[in-house]
Amino acid sequence: MGTVTHAHGSVAVGTGFDPESVRRDFPILKRRVRGNPLVYLDNAATTQKPQPVIDALVQYYASQNANVHRGIHHLSEIATQAYEDVRAKVQRFINAASVREIVFVRGATEAINLVASSFGHAYLNAGDEVVITGMEHHSNIVPWQLACQRRGAHLIVVPITDSGEVVVEEYERRLSPRTKIAALTHVSNALGTVNPVKEMVRLAHQKGIPVLVDGAQAMPHLRVDVRELGCDFYVFSGHKMFGPTGIGVLYGKEEILSAMPPYQGGGDMIKSVSFERTIYHDLPYRFEAGTPNIADGIAYGAALDYLTRLDWQVVANYERALLLYATNAVSTVPGLRIIGTATEKAGVVSFVLDGIHPHDIGTILDQEGIAIRTGHHCAQPVMDRFGIPATARASFAFYNTQEEADRLVIGIQKVVEVFK
Amino acid sequence: MTSELRSLYQEIILDHNKSPRNFRKLSDANRTVVGYNPLCGDHYTLYVRTEDDIIKDIGFQGSGCAISKASASVMTTIVKGKTHAEAEKLFEMFHKLVTGELSGAIDAEELGKLAAFSGVSEFPARVKCASLVWHTLSNALQEKSETVTTE
Ligand SMILES: Cc1ncc(COP(=O)(O)O)c(C=O)c1O
Repeated sequence: MGTVTHAHGSVAVGTGFDPESVRRDFPILKRRVRGNPLVYLDNAATTQKPQPVIDALVQYYASQNANVHRGIHHLSEIATQAYEDVRAKVQRFINAASVREIVFVRGATEAINLVASSFGHAYLNAGDEVVITGMEHHSNIVPWQLACQRRGAHLIVVPITDSGEVVVEEYERRLSPRTKIAALTHVSNALGTVNPVKEMVRLAHQKGIPVLVDGAQAMPHLRVDVRELGCDFYVFSGHKMFGPTGIGVLYGKEEILSAMPPYQGGGDMIKSVSFERTIYHDLPYRFEAGTPNIADGIAYGAALDYLTRLDWQVVANYERALLLYATNAVSTVPGLRIIGTATEKAGVVSFVLDGIHPHDIGTILDQEGIAIRTGHHCAQPVMDRFGIPATARASFAFYNTQEEADRLVIGIQKVVEVFK
Repeated sequence: MTSELRSLYQEIILDHNKSPRNFRKLSDANRTVVGYNPLCGDHYTLYVRTEDDIIKDIGFQGSGCAISKASASVMTTIVKGKTHAEAEKLFEMFHKLVTGELSGAIDAEELGKLAAFSGVSEFPARVKCASLVWHTLSNALQEKSETVTTE
């Protein structure tokens, strides 16, 4: 066994948060992988689920299952009520003005595609511009590329610095009279950078440009108030914030959503249909064609309840302390370079090792029961920016511990040992 | 190291990763094919000079994980001087080896240095790393497309 050679105090004690108090709620964290206790550090890919979320899924199928918004029978009423209750929970959770602003989708990806397609159809024309940053996830690049191709518009990319930050002045310079929308990530999944989105929204609004914020990586770490941010759209995925896969949210300001054409057509999104004329439903149903993901939606409500019960200030302090601890700890490994050294970061330590490919790091850590992600993290332009093919990425959640960070370091030392 | 790890990262593999053989561009190559795995970033260019159906010379350049690089290096040392058919047969055998489908008696002599890759079969996620350059060679010999991607 290697050892961690730097001095360390207890992260938990310093912040008044005991990660054991939440770990017991996540049954998967008790399992072993390849003979070792699981160290799950792939939270940016997807987070684990607390027992109430798992229970809600089972309970729905065991005792509530029915289609929503259409039956007059008892079960359908229960299912509809439970599903719509979650919409109201989301509204309160992000402080949206109304449930009409909460559109359920499959995840952040579908939400961005919805906006790029519908908003793009309504407002993008030849010669127009869409502004994004150089640290976007592919899901906040490709839908805009598609929309731009269809409309003859251009994608404008704000470069990022060596530390993985957007220079706000560079961003501001790229907001032009031709810019129809800016689409910005709140937190970068590959680098961990937290962008100053409130300021970036303000600058765009000064020029009358609406802003979509990709909150997929922000929701698990930050308390988000969409009205405080002022953004026009905010998108996120349930599975990255301790909820099930297959459910996510598009928040959109009512005045802007209500002016957008439908995305998909079908049942549930209409008031009446004839072959001559269809009258679309009101918000948010206009953007929710077909039977929705009822079960996962309801279980997502249990995740929101769980998060609401946590003292968020305490959790945030703990996460910050843990990230700092992990960053310092891995930095002690000779030949290790952290990719993404922004001043404001959340949850992510992305790194490369001299002469050792991230893929080999991932395989060796996996043998130790340590789950990290290696590769381009669906952010190939970020890799290109740093001139690397891939990184190894450890990503943290509030249930991770200082001991797990230590095991990560010991694991990395073993990797170095193998390739010595 | 766990025994699985030791069988994956055998000495031969670590050695070829550190000092890859035939790690050069051939100026007189008549087949040049790129092998690329976008998911993990393995990226190699394979240079082959064939004459009368025989691989006269072969070299490669590029970067990637230890498994892909060692596989490329070992492959170049093994197929040099072989006919196209012999190289394809080796690929077939190698593929069976790394996917764990090599049943019955393994002809150690026939496998030679390739046997070092037997541990890969315990790591399904790494099969593509090991076989990338072989796919690339196969394309080169069949004069197929100029870029091979696996993921
Ligand atoms: C920043 C960011 N945006 C968007 C997404 C897409 O999320 P999903 O795959 O859940 O739609 C991800 C997922 O990795 C992400 O990290």
